[in-house]
Amino acid sequence: MPTKIEKDGLTGRETTGHEWDGLKELNTPLPKWWLYSFYACIAFAAVWVVIYPSWPGWNGTSGWIAREAIVGEMAEATARNAPMMARLREATPTQIAADPQMRDFALAGGRVAFANNCAACHGAGGQGAVGGYPALVDDDWLWGGSLEAIQTTIRHGIRNAEDNEARTSLMPRFGADGMLTAAQIGDVAEYVLSLSGQSTDAAAVARGETVYAENCVACHAERGVGNRELGAPRLSDLVWLHGGTKRDIIAMVNNPRMGVMPAWQGRLDPATINMLTVYVHALGGGE
Amino acid sequence: MFRWLRDHGVIERNLVLMGVLTLITVSIGGLVQIVPLFAVETTIERVAGVRPYTPLEQMGRDIYVREGCYLCHSQMIRPFRDELERYGHYSLAAESMYDHPFQWGSKRTGPDLARVGGRYSDDWHAAHLRSPRALVPASVMPPYAFLDRPLDYSDIAERLGALRTVGVPYSEEMVANARADLEAQARPDADGGAFQSRYARARQGAFDGDPGSITEMDALVAYLQMLGTLVDFRDVTPAQLRQ
Repeated sequence: MPTKIEKDGLTGRETTGHEWDGLKELNTPLPKWWLYSFYACIAFAAVWVVIYPSWPGWNGTSGWIAREAIVGEMAEATARNAPMMARLREATPTQIAADPQMRDFALAGGRVAFANNCAACHGAGGQGAVGGYPALVDDDWLWGGSLEAIQTTIRHGIRNAEDNEARTSLMPRFGADGMLTAAQIGDVAEYVLSLSGQSTDAAAVARGETVYAENCVACHAERGVGNRELGAPRLSDLVWLHGGTKRDIIAMVNNPRMGVMPAWQGRLDPATINMLTVYVHALGGGE
Repeated sequence: MFRWLRDHGVIERNLVLMGVLTLITVSIGGLVQIVPLFAVETTIERVAGVRPYTPLEQMGRDIYVREGCYLCHSQMIRPFRDELERYGHYSLAAESMYDHPFQWGSKRTGPDLARVGGRYSDDWHAAHLRSPRALVPASVMPPYAFLDRPLDYSDIAERLGALRTVGVPYSEEMVANARADLEAQARPDADGGAFQSRYARARQGAFDGDPGSITEMDALVAYLQMLGTLVDFRDVTPAQLRQ
């Protein structure tokens, strides 16, 4: 193979010098910027190998290790917030809400903690979600909307297996377990609708009132005002956790759905729980 | 004497020589990454608590892989402050040592799931899988309502056996009882004494809300609910985290 570098007559550039069956190829070198960037990368890698841990037994001249660096970084951030977090840990939510400085910090920190831990169920703005995830922005509370009640709910959760002090209550499966007939359930659903002025069947309401008095009143109370001690929802308003149509109400009486909330004590710092308490309380419905 | 280097026509015309030189060149990349590991005793942290997946969790993991969840969700919390603040302790190699293949991932369209276990209720997971936007309006996750179909676990013992072949420490007893253990975990009322003795800190439950049937939803939620929960970081010392 002849290797004679020639100057190409048309372009004025050099050929590679190779020739295959009469074909010659122009020599097109890599762009200078690319070539020098490439060399710079190699030089960078060589320096990197010396400075950072790059080989077993070689910890680099800097001594930097990701897993140790992050410990320092976290400790520094914790230390920066420590005085305020200590105050938030010791104070009751009521004291935090009353102190402008602590309250500002709690609302800012609570907003972040809420987005990370609570928003999945209760919605990004606390608006709740269809299917049993209560709204936190209104004044309709299942277990109470005072600072203390909110704090207890966050700490221990609802109907979970992990916390002995979790808020708990159980609505019987009136239909599924044969405690009421389908007709009785239809009547009591009609009565429940009448509590918020939605019933259209006065006869069924009258029959349903008897069923209600015998089965439901112990928890949901007279006229369906509910009972926060038991987390029994108010039935006399238009706020529904599992839907407010007659069909939804029948389904709940037949085979109730019981919401579960995890316990956050142990998972979150007590100061964070206090911040969340104040934040949730300030969403709109705090009592 | 290096004329043959300049004139690579020699290499191009000698198939054997070219093959050998190619092999050497390609090997360098591999050797640089593999050989140093021979000098290290282990890359896995010595932490307690990590156990093989229960049969139900393993079925859930297989569904996770089948549905390509890893395309949008990583299972790797990196040692950066923003990740630690959001997700919890950074992921350890030990936590995925029984994963074949691991689900670390490199793309997050959705959040990292390495420590999603226990963060939400079973009911939330099932409802969210069925209709993600009913709970998270801004989500772009597709709905997986079809997972409410019966789980085919007829080959669960073979699955555990296959994993044992590649080094997951399933005992003879675990493989033999795979079917019974899977059913025990999916039925909250079943006697789970034997199951619990084989798989520490495993939770029985009606993961999809219906204790009557064992569905793919049961398996996937059981898997999601154990992710990142095996190592108790309150007991871990910095020395144990050194690799």
